[in-house]
Amino acid sequence: MAMTPRSTDLGAGKLSVIEGMTRQYDYWLTVFKRTWRGGVANSFVTPLFYVVAMGVLLGGFIDGDPEKLEGATSYLAFVVPGLVAAHAMTLAVGETTYPVMGAIKWHKTFYAQLATPLAVRDLVNAFLAFVLFRVGSACAIFMLVLAPFGVFETWWGPILAWLSQVLVGMAFATLVFAYSVRLRSEEGFGLIFRLGVLPLTLFSGAFFPISNLGPFLEWVARLTPLWHGVSLSRMFCLDTVDWSLAAVHVVVLTALGVLGWWLAVRGLDRRLET
Amino acid sequence: MSDPRDESMIRARDLRKSFGDFEAVKGIDIDVRRGEAFGFLGPNGAGKSSTMRMIASVSPVSSGELRILGMDPATDGPAIRGRLGVCPQEDTLDNELNVFDNLYIYGRYFGIDKATCRDRAQELLEFAQITEKAKAKVEDLSGGMKRRLTIARSLINRPELLLLDEPTTGLDPQARHVLWDQLFRLKQAGVTLVITTHYMDEAEQLCDRLVVMDKGLIAAEGSPRELIKAHSTREVAELRFGVGENEALAEKVADLGDRIEVLPDRLLVYSDDGDEVVSQVHARGLQPLATLVRRSSLEDVFLRLTGRSLAD
Repeated sequence: MAMTPRSTDLGAGKLSVIEGMTRQYDYWLTVFKRTWRGGVANSFVTPLFYVVAMGVLLGGFIDGDPEKLEGATSYLAFVVPGLVAAHAMTLAVGETTYPVMGAIKWHKTFYAQLATPLAVRDLVNAFLAFVLFRVGSACAIFMLVLAPFGVFETWWGPILAWLSQVLVGMAFATLVFAYSVRLRSEEGFGLIFRLGVLPLTLFSGAFFPISNLGPFLEWVARLTPLWHGVSLSRMFCLDTVDWSLAAVHVVVLTALGVLGWWLAVRGLDRRLET
Repeated sequence: MSDPRDESMIRARDLRKSFGDFEAVKGIDIDVRRGEAFGFLGPNGAGKSSTMRMIASVSPVSSGELRILGMDPATDGPAIRGRLGVCPQEDTLDNELNVFDNLYIYGRYFGIDKATCRDRAQELLEFAQITEKAKAKVEDLSGGMKRRLTIARSLINRPELLLLDEPTTGLDPQARHVLWDQLFRLKQAGVTLVITTHYMDEAEQLCDRLVVMDKGLIAAEGSPRELIKAHSTREVAELRFGVGENEALAEKVADLGDRIEVLPDRLLVYSDDGDEVVSQVHARGLQPLATLVRRSSLEDVFLRLTGRSLAD
């Protein structure tokens, strides 16, 4: 067997962002092949239950008054864009809590990967690219399935709404990733789900207009990242676009995403040092 | 370049590593040349793993100078790691991938093309004697097989320098010998080996040269034979008296050797003639429960240098 100890043919210097990610493609492909079946239930069947229960059945008791429903002519049309945005958040949080801790603490995948020419930045990027794919595909399928229900006003609105959902998902993905790399024990995730995901889902305007919350809580709701995503997703679906407000939403979500990414890289760098 | 054996693979000067207030490595100098098998011997907490992680270019140097393959890990980390093989103390195999994929996917991280990755993975399965386990899950492997797979994985990029952190800890004697044999074959093939261990027999078997580390510092340096010669006698007589008696009897036999060590369960008398020590002990009317005369080992060197045994 040839065990030549030379490896000069590899020429492995600093990797470009793209190179750092493509080298992990095969890894993430096997992760996908292993997990997609469970992902289907999680990312598709569960939210469909919500649409049927909340949008169709519960919504049947609610008057389709555009005045009260931010321009929607039915409760279903009102709730769908918010539900998908909230779903994007939930999926993103799910993908960046236990899996991140697992890669550090249980499977030590990050340690193994870091012993190669890959850098911490490359690990974060590839991980987040996979989350992007998960969130993007789940939301896209979901939006496609809902199209025949007549909840979208234009053909182009849902496409921009989908991008909004992906954006809110990634803002949460980077922030929660940054949180997870700093966490020593998985008990901290309970906090994220109980005090983060659940109240945000319920009170960020996905199920009812935030004006119903009263002046103070409405103001609080406006500060939450999910509201920006819900509002953006909804204005595109219902064709009630306020472009200046849309710009604010995009800026806020992008800024959070970039901040989260920076904190994630920094945090993982420090965590893997020991 | 002249003789490749003079080529410096690792060069450290006053190398230090701190974690907050705790200084794990307190200023060490190391030179490892191409083709050598170099060892770090020391108990847990001596700073071996921290040093290894700095050499592996995954843990930044706190102060001092470090050059790996002539490059600075602070700036050339990816280039260095591309030419290293790392076998960490704790297995970092991917339990969710099968044995073959653990090799194949790891190779892809180095930018090795798919066909070459497949060929090398196949080759390495043979080298590690786990070809028949190619499709098995990692968790179904024995401890020895997992270790061999980890070493095989660390060879996927055909490294010039292989770092092995406690390679045989937790393995049964037979599995250790299989592994030693493989490491020896790698050395024959010209791979530079750097090994940390707290097993003196492992260090004696594998290392051309080693440093004894204790509390973040290098206590001694040399070949196993040189170290034993410099810091111990040729033989050791081990005398085992009853519980609690060892200390009390130490005085009565102290003059029989060059030096004496009192351990909780036995006395070690260092002398070039161990049998003579034992007969003198009997001549003095002392009746040890058991006696053993053996060659001095690195364990004795360590005891001499640090006052503690490696197992502490």
